[in-house]
Amino acid sequence: MKARVVVTLKNGVLDPQGKAIEGALKSLGVAGVASVRQGKVFDLEMEGGDPKVATERLQAACEKLLANTVIENFKIDIA
Amino acid sequence: MRAAVILFPGSNREGDAARALRQATGRAPDILWHADHELPAGVDLVVLPGGFSYGDYLRCGAIAGRAPIMDAVRRHAARGGLVLGICNGFQILCESGLLPGVLMRNANLHFVCRMQHLRVERAAPPFTGRYKSGQIVKVAIAHGEGNYEADDATIETIEKEGRVAFRYCDERGQVGGGANPNGSRNDIAGIYSERFNVLGLMPHPENLIDPLVGGTDGKGMFESLAAFKAA
Repeated sequence: MKARVVVTLKNGVLDPQGKAIEGALKSLGVAGVASVRQGKVFDLEMEGGDPKVATERLQAACEKLLANTVIENFKIDIA
Repeated sequence: MRAAVILFPGSNREGDAARALRQATGRAPDILWHADHELPAGVDLVVLPGGFSYGDYLRCGAIAGRAPIMDAVRRHAARGGLVLGICNGFQILCESGLLPGVLMRNANLHFVCRMQHLRVERAAPPFTGRYKSGQIVKVAIAHGEGNYEADDATIETIEKEGRVAFRYCDERGQVGGGANPNGSRNDIAGIYSERFNVLGLMPHPENLIDPLVGGTDGKGMFESLAAFKAA
C-alpha cells in the first residue's frame, strides 16, 4: 500500500526558504505567484492491507518524527 | 563534577566541549555514543555538542533527538541532572522535548560564522554563576538554523519565568536590531528549562577558553559548572 505524507509549515510561521524561492521566481519573470510556502513530501510503502491500520501508524510516525508539531502540520494520504 | 559528552554521527564540536570541561574541572569527560542506552553512574552533567548530527536530515536535531541515549538523558534531566546543549545540541534539546520551541532557518538565510556579543540575562548557578547579571560577553557563533521560534504563549511563559539565559546584543549591550544575527524571537540566544537544570544555547562558549584563541569569555560557564555539587 502506498502512502504520501505532506508536511507543511503552520500559518503564521515565518518561512525564509519560501520567501527566497518567491523572490527567485519573481526574478525569473514567473508572473502571478503571490506567495510561496515550502514543505516536505514523504512517499511511504506500507505493509499490510488495512488503510485504517496504516493511517494510525502514519499518524504516530508524523507525531513522533516526520513533523515538528510546534511549527508544522501534516496530512496523510493513502492510495 | 563528572561530565559526559554525547557523540552523534555528525557531531564535530565534541573535542572543543571536552577540552573546556577538562580545563575547568580537571577531569576529562566521558564520551558516550548515541546508540548507548545508559549514562555512566554518577554523571552530573550531560553535554550535547555542536555539529551537524545526521547531516541535519529531516530537521536539525530531529533524528538525534530520538536517538537511544536521549531516553537516558531525559531520565537524567527528570532527576534534576544538568544538561547543556550547544548549537546543534540546542536544536537536539528542542527536538527531544527537553526545551520548548524550535530553531528555524536564519531569517536572512545566511550561515553566520562570526564573533557575537551576548547579554547574560541570568547569572546563577549552576551554569552562569561566574558571570554577572547583565554582563556583556563575546563568543563565537556558527549556525544556519538559530532562529528561535515558539508560540506566543510559550514565549510569554519563558520571559515571565526568567528562563532566557542569553540575548544577542552589540558591544555596548544594546539588544536587538542589527545585533540579532538570525531573527530569533526576542533576540533569544539561549534558554533554560522550567527547573533551570537544562540549558540550550546557539553560541559556542567552549571555543572561548584560551586567550590565544579569541578570548576567554566562555570560561565562566565551565567554571560555574565545575563548582557544581550534586545535591
